[in-house]
Formats: sequence, C-alpha cells, structure tokens
Amino acid sequence: MGGGQYSIERENSDKNLDLTRIKPYGDTMNDGKIQLSFTLPIEHDEKAIETAKELAVKMGLKDPEVTYHTTLDKGFTYFIVYGKSTHTIDYTKIKVENVEVDVMSIEDINNYIKEKIGRKLVILGASTGSDAHTVGIDAIINMKGFAGHYGLEHYEMIEAFNLGSQVTNEDFVKRGIELNTDVLLVSQTVTQKGIHVKNLTQLVDLLEAEGIRDKIILVCGGARVSNELAKELGYDAGFGPGTYAEIVASFFVKEFVRRKKLD
Amino acid sequence: MTELSKHSESKLNLDFSVVSKAREAAKKIAFETQKFIDRHTTTTIERTVCRLLGIDDVDEFEVPLPNIVVENIIKGDLLSLGAAIHVGNAILHTKLSPQEIAEKVAKDELNLTELPLKDLSEIKATINLIAQETLVKISQNRKKRDELLQKYGDKESPLIYVIVATGNIYEDIIQAQAAARQGADVIAVIRSTVQSLLDYVPYGPTTEGFGGTYATQENFRLMRKALDEVGEELGRYIRLTNYCSGLCMPEIAAMGAFERLDMMLNDALYGILFRDINMKRTIIDQYFSRMINAYAGVIINTGEDNYLTTADAYEVAHTVLASEFINEQFALLAGLKEEQMGLGHAFEMNPDLENGFLYELAQAQMTREIFPKAPLKYMPPTKFMTGNIFKGHIQDALFNMITVMTNQRIHLLGMLTEAIHTPFMSDRALSIENARYIFNNMKSISEEIVFKKGGLMEKRVDEVLNKAYDLLKEIEKQGLFQTIEKGIFASIKRPIDGGKGLDGVFKKEKNYFNPFIEFMIKELTKGGN
Repeated sequence: MGGGQYSIERENSDKNLDLTRIKPYGDTMNDGKIQLSFTLPIEHDEKAIETAKELAVKMGLKDPEVTYHTTLDKGFTYFIVYGKSTHTIDYTKIKVENVEVDVMSIEDINNYIKEKIGRKLVILGASTGSDAHTVGIDAIINMKGFAGHYGLEHYEMIEAFNLGSQVTNEDFVKRGIELNTDVLLVSQTVTQKGIHVKNLTQLVDLLEAEGIRDKIILVCGGARVSNELAKELGYDAGFGPGTYAEIVASFFVKEFVRRKKLD
Repeated sequence: MTELSKHSESKLNLDFSVVSKAREAAKKIAFETQKFIDRHTTTTIERTVCRLLGIDDVDEFEVPLPNIVVENIIKGDLLSLGAAIHVGNAILHTKLSPQEIAEKVAKDELNLTELPLKDLSEIKATINLIAQETLVKISQNRKKRDELLQKYGDKESPLIYVIVATGNIYEDIIQAQAAARQGADVIAVIRSTVQSLLDYVPYGPTTEGFGGTYATQENFRLMRKALDEVGEELGRYIRLTNYCSGLCMPEIAAMGAFERLDMMLNDALYGILFRDINMKRTIIDQYFSRMINAYAGVIINTGEDNYLTTADAYEVAHTVLASEFINEQFALLAGLKEEQMGLGHAFEMNPDLENGFLYELAQAQMTREIFPKAPLKYMPPTKFMTGNIFKGHIQDALFNMITVMTNQRIHLLGMLTEAIHTPFMSDRALSIENARYIFNNMKSISEEIVFKKGGLMEKRVDEVLNKAYDLLKEIEKQGLFQTIEKGIFASIKRPIDGGKGLDGVFKKEKNYFNPFIEFMIKELTKGGN
C-alpha cells in the first residue's frame, strides 16, 4: 500500500475503457464520479455531515465529499454528496429484455392489420387504480398523441377506447369483456410506496380469474415501467417514458398476428 | 364593467369592450344553468344540511350518520322536501337533538318519514334556531382567521402553495410544518385519489391513503391545529387547503367551514371532465358548496389549468379563459366575492415551442388584467415534466418568473420531481428556495416592464380573448350542458345523463326547505361589495 500522491497515480493509472469493468464517468475515464442527494432524519451539525459521509462510504463511494448541507427542519438535514464509485460492472454480461419491435409507420400498421387480420383491432386503455394521471394513456390513445406522434384514435384500422384515470381493475376488465377487446393498455404514471406494482399484479390476477388472460394482449406503460418489470408481473410487454403510439402499435399488431398464427 | 377605468393602462392593450361582452355572455350562461340548479337538490346537499345541523359520527359499519339519515328519508320517498324538514319534524316529535335522532335512525329505532308531519312553520322555526347557532360558529371561525391575519399581517407577494400527500395525516403534519418553516404559505393536503368518487365522507383520523390523505373532519382539525402552532412559532398565518370536489362537494365545504380551512378546490367542470361525475349532480352540488365557502370566507380554487393537460395548451387556451368567465359568474351567484375567486390558470405549453414563454407571459398578464381582484391561482408545469429533475427545476423557475412578472396571488409551486413521486421533504425545500430566490430577486419587475405595442404578446392575447368570446356566445346559444357533451372543454365528451352520481339528484318540491341556503344568501348579498 503506497501512500500520498502515488496512490492517486495508481488509482487513475488505467484510463482505458474496459467494458468488463465499467465505472461512472465524471471527466476522466474510470474516475467513478457520482453525485447524489438525500435527507437524513437528524439535526444539522458536524456529526450529521460525518454521518452522511459514512453512509456514502457504505454505499461504495470512495473519498466522499459533502458539497452542500442544510437544515430542512428540526431533525432533518439535506445533503448533496460527491464520491467515486469503488464498484465496477461487467457490461458485457448485462442482459436486458427490451421489447424488440421494428417500428412501423401508421400507414404500414394500418396496411398490416388490413392484410393479416382483416378487421379492426379493438384497444382498451386506462390509467388504473388510484392513479389520477392520464398523461401517459392520453399520449398513446388520444387523437392528438404526443410530440407530433398521433395517438391510436387516429389509426384507421384501430378502434381505441380510453377510459381515462382512476379506473378500477374490475371495471377495466368488465369493459374489456364487453368490448371484446384485443389489447389492454394500462398506464401507471405516479406511484407511491410501490402501489403501481400491486395494482398491475391485481389486474393480471383478475384476467386469469376471468379466464381471458390468454385471449388478450396485455401491455403496461409508465414512468416507472420497464419491459423487464412488465414481464415479471405477467404482462406481454412494458414500455417506459418516451414511447409513442406507433411503437406500442407495432408491438401489439405483430404479437396478435404471431399468436393467432396469421402470418 | 367598473374595472374598465382601472385598466385603461392595460399592458397588453386589451380590448375591454370584448371583455365586457364576454362577461355578459358568461352571466347569461350561468343564469340559465342556475334556473336548473334552483329546482334541484342532491343527496350530498341534504347530508350537508344534516352535518350543519350537528349530525356527525359513523355507525358500527363505518357508515356516516348523515348518509344513514338521508337514506332513511329516500326510503320514504320524501327527500324532495329536504332533510331539514324531517329532522325538524323529528325534533318536535321526540324532543331529541339532531345527533340523537340520527343515532336512533341508525339503530332502526326511528323512521323519519313515518312520523306525521307537524306544522311547517313550527318545524322551520325549530330548525332555524339550530341553523343560526351553526352559522354563528362558522362566522366565529371566519373572525378568528381575520384576527390571525391581522395579528401577523398578510403577505403581499405571491403565496407559496405546496402540497403534502403522504397518505398518513400524522406524517403530513411533519411535512407541512417543515414546509411552513421553509417558507410555504399555503399547505394543500392532497386527497387520497379515490375519494372524489366516494359518495360519503370517511370519518376520523386516517393513516392510509393512495397518492394522498383522506379528507375527514378530524384530519382537517389535526392539520389546522398543527399549522396554527407552526404559524405561531413563525409569526405567519399558514393557510390550509383541501378539495371540495367530487361527489361530496358541499359536505366537505361544511367540514372545512367548521375547521377553518382557508382555501378549497371547488370546480364542477373539473369533476365532470376528469372524474366523470355527472354534470347535473355536480353543478347543483357546486352551488351550495360555493355558498358555504363564501360564508366561511374560504377562497375557492378552480381547475381550468387542468383542461390543458389533455388538450393542446396553445390551440385551446381560449377555453381556459371562457371557463374562467363562467366560473366567475357561478361564483357570484353563490355569493362569493371576487376576492375569494382563486381562478385557476396557466397555459402549460410544450417547452419546445418557440417563444412559448412569451405566450405564457402574455396569457398570465391577460388573466391578471381581466380578473383584477381575484386571487388567481397559477399552476406549475406537470404535463411536460419528464423525470429530468434538472430541466424540471428550470421549467419551474420560468413559471416562478411569470408569477412575479404578472402578480399572480396563489402560486402553486412546481416540484422538480413532478411525474416521479409525491414530493420528498427535500423536493419541497429546493422548490421553495427556487421560488423565494426568484420572487425576491425580481420583486418589482412587474412595475418596471412594459410590453411592445403591437407585438407578439399583444396579438396573442387579442386572439385568445376574441376566441373565448366567440366560444361563450356559442355556449350561450347551446347551453352549458350541451357544450360539455360536445367535448369543447379539454377535448373530453361527457353525456348529460352519464357519469357518476346522477341517482343522487332530486327535484325539489314546493315546500322544500334548506335553512342554510336561505340565511346565507341573505347575508352574503346584503350590503354592497
């Protein structure tokens, strides 16, 4: 164990990108720099600052620096901390379940449905449970869509219904059965204490209880949704933020054709 | 219009003759709808009467006694007379208090509609005595607020309004007191999101809720006490806000009046569009709830800002203005003064829109000039918040600037973590710091700036105002309900007999009696204001 300046030299000796040992990047390869902020439920004093540093060390950060600290209230202190990650990740071994879709244009999607399916697909969407936010489901379904990408209502070969927000899973399934829907789209925007996971799980349970899970393509989306999470919960796909209608549509039309072996 | 002269110096060269015509059209729309309102009552209005007569508590199954009483009257098919008549009649028969009567009904020991109806004037006299006592209590709360505001002095710059939403009232109190110490002036306790669709008000202190905390009278009381305490410590009056919307509008207004809430979200149109509440039901409910708010000195907040979360803010900005004109007239009919109308706005446009800030600034200034006395509620970005907290903090900063540049009164503070989670204590602190920095650093800017004659901003507001006027004329022709059916607001269509709560609407009989409407409207409209 060398000391003083030599240790710094050694630490930064490898400035080459090594995909098997990935570290955060600040301004120099492998410097490991990370910024974080958090609140501790303790008084704002020297002891608090030391506590924050130790927490950072336990999180695997070397040389933590508390760059800012302030009182939020009696017994609550806020910190902004920088440190160097001691952990590395083997990038070459990372596997992600992305929804693999070749995104088609609206025209292609319409033609694809006409040719392969021969009737309009029925889509039912809602922001379910306690979530009052319709931003996500509106962006995908409503005529206007989002950021210049038209919503499913705009698609000639898609019959889309948007139930809006705070729809109970029970109502959602009931409407789905009434409409004989092909696809269910569930949006979850804002979540508290993991409520979205419980809610999404309950929907799957309900569909299974009704014996229609296999007949329906089940898709969820939202700020905190990943395809991995969706698959884990029993969904066919999950889409995160920044997803447009044509991406979702490209997925479910192909999935529909694949399942019904219409290809 | 009287304020015309004051605005001869419009910064935007607004055409106040169009403003007057728009206001006139809105007045006719509200007046027509009011005729419908006056002929009807609802289950929640009658439950409110019960509450105001002193009926509270729940039975062993957690059913509120006001619900039990009203259901008992419905069973006898006599709600069209109003609950007050039946409660008053029962008092004459039993010599019991309204609460004792309700308890007997809950135990199946008393059936209100089976009692022979005594002399109406005697019933009314009995009820009026109790009603007067309640109104005195509410007036005292109002006085208490005035006293505290006088003692501490009220803030002149924009009120910083933040939400707490932990689901647990005791945790909310910790968050609210911290926010007050950080500089918040108004605390809104967001309700548990399913509550707007409940046709009853939950009871007692609550510690579980989703995306918010249940509005119960006990929760109101606990939070009021906590804010009074922290207010005393800080030498500031901290205002408390809750939500008089959904299926129990007037009941929550009554609870708020009892517990000295200071602001209430209160907007029928919002419930119709975003919670699919039946339009007849909620517009009737709104009238009585606004009257109670008026009487209690509560500032109402309307929800026009929300229209643009589903429709394009640039294209349909005029629908926000048109709705504000209508909301103003409904509020006046219910006895609310302009000083109690926290009309909601903000025209959240896509941040990528070129000159979006200028349009926003123009429209905020326009709203300020058209409703000069109203404590306007200005809403921060939500729709275009992305999870990029760093950009979000700047988006919020731009909105903070508009508030100070156009003298908005109630500044609903944007959170950098909007669209991620309900705010952390630190999110609130950072956002308050952002707002205070801007409000202080740009304090007098509105007195210093003028806008270019014939410029982009002038042209924009002229267009919005004229389109709003055209829309109001159209609504005047078709009627408000028909307009909503067509999806003019927020691009959402709602059928007149659809949605939740229609089964709670009843036609009033000739002898219908509601002592509170009679007393309150008399007092609210006496003397000029």
